[in-house]
Amino acid sequence: MSVPAREKVELLSGNEAIARGAHEAGVTVASAYPGTPSTEILENFARYEGVYAEWAPNEKVAVEVAHGASMAGARALAVMKHVGVNVAADPIFTASYTGVRGGFVIVTADDPELHSSQNEQDNRHYAVAAKIPMLEPSDSFEAKEFTRLAFALSERFDTPVFLRSTTRISHAKGAVRLGEVSGPPPALGFVRDPAKWVMLPDNARRRHAIVEERMRSLAEFAETFDGNRIEWGDRELGVITAGVSYQYVREAFPEASVLKLGMAHPLPSRLVREFAAGVSRVVVVEELDPHIETHVKALGVPVQGKEIIPIVGELSPRIVRDGISGKSVPVHPAEGLPGRPPNLCPGCPHRGLFYVLNRLKVTVAGDIGCYTLAALPPLGGMDTCVCMGASLGNAFGIEKALGKAALGKVVAVIGDSTFLHSGITPLIDIVYNRGFTTVIILDNRTTAMTGAQENPATGRTLMGEPTRRLDLAALCRAVGVDHVYTVNPHDMARTEAVLRRELFRGEPSVVITEAPCVLLPDHRRKKRPVYEVIPDLCTGCMACSKLGCPAIEWVPFTPEEAVAAGKKGSQKGMARINPLLCDGCNQCPPLCKFQAILEKKD
Amino acid sequence: MTQARGNVFLAGVGGQGALLASEVLGEAFLLGGYDVKKSEVHGMAQRGGAVTTHLRYGPKVFSPLIEPGTADLLIAFEKMEALRFAHFLSPEGAAVVNAQEIMPPSVATGRERYPERIEERLAGVTPNLYMVDALAAALSLREVRAVNMVMVGAASRLLPLPETCYLEALRGRLPERIVGVNEKAFRAGRALLAPRGAGR
Repeated sequence: MSVPAREKVELLSGNEAIARGAHEAGVTVASAYPGTPSTEILENFARYEGVYAEWAPNEKVAVEVAHGASMAGARALAVMKHVGVNVAADPIFTASYTGVRGGFVIVTADDPELHSSQNEQDNRHYAVAAKIPMLEPSDSFEAKEFTRLAFALSERFDTPVFLRSTTRISHAKGAVRLGEVSGPPPALGFVRDPAKWVMLPDNARRRHAIVEERMRSLAEFAETFDGNRIEWGDRELGVITAGVSYQYVREAFPEASVLKLGMAHPLPSRLVREFAAGVSRVVVVEELDPHIETHVKALGVPVQGKEIIPIVGELSPRIVRDGISGKSVPVHPAEGLPGRPPNLCPGCPHRGLFYVLNRLKVTVAGDIGCYTLAALPPLGGMDTCVCMGASLGNAFGIEKALGKAALGKVVAVIGDSTFLHSGITPLIDIVYNRGFTTVIILDNRTTAMTGAQENPATGRTLMGEPTRRLDLAALCRAVGVDHVYTVNPHDMARTEAVLRRELFRGEPSVVITEAPCVLLPDHRRKKRPVYEVIPDLCTGCMACSKLGCPAIEWVPFTPEEAVAAGKKGSQKGMARINPLLCDGCNQCPPLCKFQAILEKKD
Repeated sequence: MTQARGNVFLAGVGGQGALLASEVLGEAFLLGGYDVKKSEVHGMAQRGGAVTTHLRYGPKVFSPLIEPGTADLLIAFEKMEALRFAHFLSPEGAAVVNAQEIMPPSVATGRERYPERIEERLAGVTPNLYMVDALAAALSLREVRAVNMVMVGAASRLLPLPETCYLEALRGRLPERIVGVNEKAFRAGRALLAPRGAGR
């Protein structure tokens, strides 16, 4: 391929390409909740002229806002990670019935391999269950083209359309030729049409019949849609595939015949039969569940699928080659290397809190965010993690199961953005149903895990405008929590004292730990001290190591080295602070009984 | 200098700027007239964990992932990470490795030791091993965050693109106020490796 004129081609991630595609399609309203691997879609879309883009408090709201914009005639986009669709499922299933006015596309970014997720659900099931067509691009180029197409299909068939990405689409980059931006959006205005928009049973019953008719038309469309195409090659092997798996198949079996499906729902039937009739062996290669395979089997076509292609985790050219050929070439990674799991940043305020929770020996119902990393050693400070907002309900449930025995023994820990996403309703449950749960809200003034996005408690919008900043303490009081306290988690002594008191209170209480995320530009610009370990004073007791701070390094000694360093031969080593990593949070100095950690002077 | 296609595997530790380095490299190959695909993982993995990028170039690239045993070049920003991903190298592949050691949590807390003889083990995997001290080069420019561009500069000696592609990519990808120091870092990195003869 010769690369065309420079000004037209850019190296875009799938997420950047989806944002560009939405812009080219004339989208003017977009709403999302950040979540890996989807976050960059709205961050990029928000930079285009003349658009409105927002972070919603959660995915359900994002879908409702985009749906409303569509009702008013605008082209609208809602974006979320795979598990976000669970949150948004309620409006999605009924938006399927109402259909659209302006094109309405919902992006689901799935995460096979769980690179940054709590499960690896396959959201193609949602397309089937909600009776909504789904397009599935296989690289950045298609991500942009299919996004444009999704809006066209949405308006043509009066339906929301799913666009499904996966981590290897969203976070892979490829060359994309930029296109023209669509003309002016269609006429705006909400047109009263209760039979379409008011889903009372009688109206919805009629809409259901329309939905079924629509899916029949879309199934017909799928037979001739050029995104579903046969690439004839060697007739011995025919592979049916979609999404990034298509690229792996082309890499592993460049000679094979391929049926490449750009539409995950509805699937074509005649095209599948035609393809199967033209090859000796049919294999379906798809990540996660046997979605295509089940369809092909239902047509009575003999096919191999999940018996040779794994159902767990993402695929790769190698996995595809091994599965289809039945032969495996072993690889030999270096053995015995210490792992390098992700860790809380040096200076992270969460570390102070989890150090204290460790000391308190409580059961910690956890939640989704950077602080989930505190579950790893040495902090090992989290006992449950299920989904956004689950910490409060889980803690309350543990408390209800154990009764009075739970007093002083259970806390819920949740980040500021996660609390606003799904933590308010369970807090109401705790108050309403007379619980005594202690809830800790980690307020670091950002949505950190996904790369520091704004949220209602930061006082800024996605578009960078100042806005009213939500007052977390006032919100908690308003739902009926009488005991709301704010502490600085870097001050671990004070944090521990407040928690010890609140844990044993026979009423609900909320402790807000307030300190900014170290990744925020305001914090980075601040002049911060650097601490050092005075070698002569360090006894190698490892008290500071228990923080698990990446800046605190353990220098092991042999007995000879210890003696040479002027220590007892029995001292196993000493601590050192890496000045390049130290953020100056001042959590470690008070932990040293020997006052060996001091601010570095120079 | 006529490699028609190639696989470049980047490995580092979250926070080292490996992703930005891969951005510059990807853009440079696009400017050089190649089709390019590049894959990496964001989110949780970035928090101090191992970070990898797969970068592939050629007349037409399908998979965004490099298979083990097929990388032509491994660019490692940290010594142990080089060894962790050395099995991605092809038998003829080359490795440019930053000699810097960054302790993973288990080592920093004294539960495990940082492995010894890494250089020796790497030399056993590839005959084309280039150890560089990118941290020292970056610190001599008083910009610890420039380690990534030093590595790009060093690696550029082993890649089939003219210097102008990297510099243009760098200018296109970085905010203007830090372009200068990063250009210096790139050149410092380039100076760490002797130029290779044509025809590789």
